[in-house]
Amino acid sequence: MMAQDMLHKIPVREQEPKVRAANFDEVCLGYNEEEAVQEAARCLGCKKAKCVEGCPVSIDIPSFVAHVKEKEFAKAAEVIAQSSALPAVCGRVCPQESQCEGVCVRGKKGEAVSIGKLERFVADWSREHGVSPTPPSKTNGIKVAVIGAGPAGLTCAGDLARLGYEVTIFEALHEPGGVLTYGIPEFRLPKEKVVQKEIENVRKMGVEIETNVIVGRSVTIDGLMDEEGFSAVFIGSGAGLPRFMGIPGENANGVFSANEFLTRNNLMKAFRDDYDTPIWRGKEVIVVGGGNVAMDAARTALRLGAKTWIVYRRSEAELPARVEEVHHAKEEGVVFELLTNPVEILVDDEANVRGMIVRKMELGEPDASGRRRPVEIPGSDYEITCDTVIMSLGTSPNPLIAGTSKGLDVDKYGCIVADGTGQTSRKGVFAGGDAVTGAATVILAMEAGKAGAKGIHEYLSDR
Amino acid sequence: MYKIIKAEQLAEKIYLMDVEAPRTAAACQPGQFVIVKMDNVGERIPLTICDYDRQKGTVTIVFQVVGASTIRMAALKEGDSFQDFVGPLGNPSEFISEDLETLRKKKILFVAGGVGAAPVYPQVKWLHEHDIHADVVMGAKTKDMLILSDQMRQAAAQVHIATDDGSCGTHGMVTAVLEDLVTGQGKHYDICVAIGPLVMMRSTALLTEKLSIPTIVSMNPIMVDGTGMCGACRLHVGDAIKFACVDGPEFDGHLVDFDEAIKRQRIYQTEEGRALLKLKEGETHHGGCGQCGGDA
Repeated sequence: MMAQDMLHKIPVREQEPKVRAANFDEVCLGYNEEEAVQEAARCLGCKKAKCVEGCPVSIDIPSFVAHVKEKEFAKAAEVIAQSSALPAVCGRVCPQESQCEGVCVRGKKGEAVSIGKLERFVADWSREHGVSPTPPSKTNGIKVAVIGAGPAGLTCAGDLARLGYEVTIFEALHEPGGVLTYGIPEFRLPKEKVVQKEIENVRKMGVEIETNVIVGRSVTIDGLMDEEGFSAVFIGSGAGLPRFMGIPGENANGVFSANEFLTRNNLMKAFRDDYDTPIWRGKEVIVVGGGNVAMDAARTALRLGAKTWIVYRRSEAELPARVEEVHHAKEEGVVFELLTNPVEILVDDEANVRGMIVRKMELGEPDASGRRRPVEIPGSDYEITCDTVIMSLGTSPNPLIAGTSKGLDVDKYGCIVADGTGQTSRKGVFAGGDAVTGAATVILAMEAGKAGAKGIHEYLSDR
Repeated sequence: MYKIIKAEQLAEKIYLMDVEAPRTAAACQPGQFVIVKMDNVGERIPLTICDYDRQKGTVTIVFQVVGASTIRMAALKEGDSFQDFVGPLGNPSEFISEDLETLRKKKILFVAGGVGAAPVYPQVKWLHEHDIHADVVMGAKTKDMLILSDQMRQAAAQVHIATDDGSCGTHGMVTAVLEDLVTGQGKHYDICVAIGPLVMMRSTALLTEKLSIPTIVSMNPIMVDGTGMCGACRLHVGDAIKFACVDGPEFDGHLVDFDEAIKRQRIYQTEEGRALLKLKEGETHHGGCGQCGGDA
């Protein structure tokens, strides 16, 4: 074997951009055993591991990577399972470049160890080899309710089940998974192969998932605690209502929230002919926004056959999306109109979108987010022809739960107020994830889910 | 799974089903709706709650066959099941949280167009159970398309009927009856609740604005999740943009932008038409509401 180049990552195999731009199969093919072992050999096994500090759920990274290096994949899986219930998901969607890999010592000279791809490999290997978590031998008989079967809720439920609690997750949609199911597309996160299997593992821990229950409508938190015997509740209900810009033409036919577009495609499988739900297949699609959700929407529209643009008001450096998503989107042919902001959506006589007027922007002084503020350039308006506009501007909190639960405080934005342990203003009620922070990432929701489980355990132990 | 306890055809293309859904049956109130999904490949279809039985844990739904999905749904029989049934969604009608004494002093008129009789019925029934007797104007294309008129008569003070072809009641539109009641017979109403196809709600709201009767309409736009997440159901109410699922479905009929709502309702007609071609029957529809009877 040739001496390995330790400065560079073992490249990961991907579907060719031209091929994948026309299908919904997974883009990244992941490492095989040989590649994973080679990549694992690049880990320096730091005693004081910065990567663990960089991981929101503190996976013992040097330990699992060492097991991979020794081809002890089941042991590697055990190490990860101590900290994460959704490794196949995280290996695929975490922003590793700003977390574990961002602080990897290897990265100081050369490239960081591909921790995300190794995590994914271990999780995929476990699934393919039928390794699943061991449920606790007996429960402690204490019931805990978790609201929302997304990343925060699943993580919280998994941790609580491991501690012996009888956990029921109440999910508003007909399928569990939250954003993993309705939001992130198949080509980035396969549903049947990955998401459903990881949820199955949470169920194997003894967690019950009741779908089609909307807390705040079908039941209330008061009802769960007073009548159904739940001793504590974790709210992981997610982000909420999509934002729109408030510009003219926004209610025209052909203007969608990214949430709607992605939900139709991912949850309802509208891209498949054998499913009933319709989806608007535009020929020229503009996606407004620069986050991961915008990239997902643009790449989905592209796969449905559209010429696709991203319109974003700042420059490439400020794009909030993961570097890998931006890179993939460009490879596939998404065109980036940066430093550009929509002013008006043009509408034809039939109330359909026919174009968009946009204005050029330049970067001024940094704003509260630390990013340079986009400033309009007067007289720079121009028109882009399009038949579809997808607004990907983030979300505002859903008032449903807070509005129907006594004594649950929200902040001025409507987000539920919770401390580091997830404790809300109401005794026994904990919260975490997007419902508390506003739209963020899968892994941060999982971190909050973990904190919530710990907080609930301490609360119930001290009673 | 949510078992169908009773399945009945009420009229041509109009079906009623009692579905076992204990959580929804325990929590639902007049004015709210549910979303059903038949099977794995089915759409999420928002439907009116027509009645509920808290003891038996059942919810009664009524729907009109208007597209591919509702054609499939109409084939379901007693003993079959819906894979998914979620609710209640939306806000209850405002009057159920009003002070009963104040409410008893009000004269309430309901105007139900077509399958709109289904969501009107639980409201009239609730009022009846609280000793409040409302008047109801029911409209249908023809006598055979009239639904729930017997039940309505039991719960309402007076029921007036209008049919397009004159086969039952007044020959003409519900608005003609309404206008006659107020300007012809000099009746006074404090509030009007109009539910039915968009064009019927629009014409009713136009008339009641002229007659200075505050009017509530129930909007049933296209939606996916029904919990505020997708924003497909957005509409203009005055200057504000509202989501029918979390802010409604009931709104001030004098402020709703019906013209916009009617255009938005047509968005998937082509798509839905395609799905329908596969089934080779029926008329086209957006596939979202199952209640409005298209734009008729």
